Amino acid sequence: MTAIVSTTGSAYARISGLGSYRPSRTVTNDEICEHIDSSDEWIRERTGIISRQWATDDESVIDMATAAAERAMADAGITPSDIAAIVISTVSNRVVTPSVAAVVANRLGSKAAAFDIAAACAGFSYGLVIAEGLLRTGVGNHVLVIGAEKLSDFTNMEDRGTAFLFADGAGAVVVSASDEPGIGPVQWGSDGAAADVITSEPPTPVRSSADDVPRERPKLTMQGQAVFRWAVGEMTTVVGDALAAAGISASDLDCFIPHQANNRITDALVKYLNLPESVIVARDIVHMGNTSAASIPLAMDALRAEGRLPAGGLALVIGFGAGLVWSAQVIRIP
Amino acid sequence: MTEQEILEGLAGICNDLAGVDPSIVSMEKSFRDDLDIDSLSMVEVVMACEDKFGVKITDDKVNSLETVGDAVTFIAENA
Repeated sequence: MTAIVSTTGSAYARISGLGSYRPSRTVTNDEICEHIDSSDEWIRERTGIISRQWATDDESVIDMATAAAERAMADAGITPSDIAAIVISTVSNRVVTPSVAAVVANRLGSKAAAFDIAAACAGFSYGLVIAEGLLRTGVGNHVLVIGAEKLSDFTNMEDRGTAFLFADGAGAVVVSASDEPGIGPVQWGSDGAAADVITSEPPTPVRSSADDVPRERPKLTMQGQAVFRWAVGEMTTVVGDALAAAGISASDLDCFIPHQANNRITDALVKYLNLPESVIVARDIVHMGNTSAASIPLAMDALRAEGRLPAGGLALVIGFGAGLVWSAQVIRIP
Repeated sequence: MTEQEILEGLAGICNDLAGVDPSIVSMEKSFRDDLDIDSLSMVEVVMACEDKFGVKITDDKVNSLETVGDAVTFIAENA
């Protein structure tokens, strides 16, 4: 039997560049409350959100992903020809196909392998796992991982349980081959038995020839209390397991950067981990809302802009959301 | 476990999770209106009750527990 040639790549991977894009329009809680019976105080107390950024018609998922990717590549000091693959996590592009990743690759001037993943709020962390795996198989030296969302397109402005929550933006990292571990073992999984707690309605419509009425775009729905209970009850274990898998303790961390789902969930995770006060906790949700797959790299870049992201330090990241899906790992800060 | 013991345990949980003075936690008090425990804190209180008293309290049930007495009675009958 003739053997086929196989390749092996780098033993390890690390994040080597970071960039993000924050859309231009600031939306206050008071503006949200023009549509729902709620208040600025209620929204702040339940979520921590003071305002969020929404994209305009001139800022698509593709536009935002491209901008974030260009900044991450510049930060890593690489050019488009250095990129071996582009992985984009999104659930909010307006078209089903082609993938966001293929179009973004072209915008960047790259013909690298490019594909989207749909892992909702866990998508950035899933993307890191995929990038590391690709680099270990020897596909090249650099993989772009991007989280990009325009959730405002899918937000039900009349739903007083979610209208204030979702927002837009993009964050990107370059994951590069490395001589030392820069991405710890992942703790991830899914529980589709709870698929209905975060979903979208109505389902994408099927048209008949007799039906040429424009259909409404699906809107996100969420059972807030059920999601909160799941996150506080189950994700506390996941973050602890991610630390243990990386062989470090909470006191070794420099930063904790959870998906920016809700400050109250972050509070519960911080309490469970018994984080020392020296550990910096990302609270980007306060001015960005919940941007699903984009929230972790956006929060990371915000900390860096504030001078609060120690290069070479250790951060714990966790994403969790619709699926249900979750994913956590310790990373070395670029 | 007596209702009084459940009440004391519940008062301790409300203190731990929501900073409520245990001495004001009594049967007739409303979690939301009197103890200022909102819907998310209530989820945490219920989860702590499940651990402490060995009782299962579903999301639907959580929303029907308006007063401390509602919770104490439910726990006493189902633990």
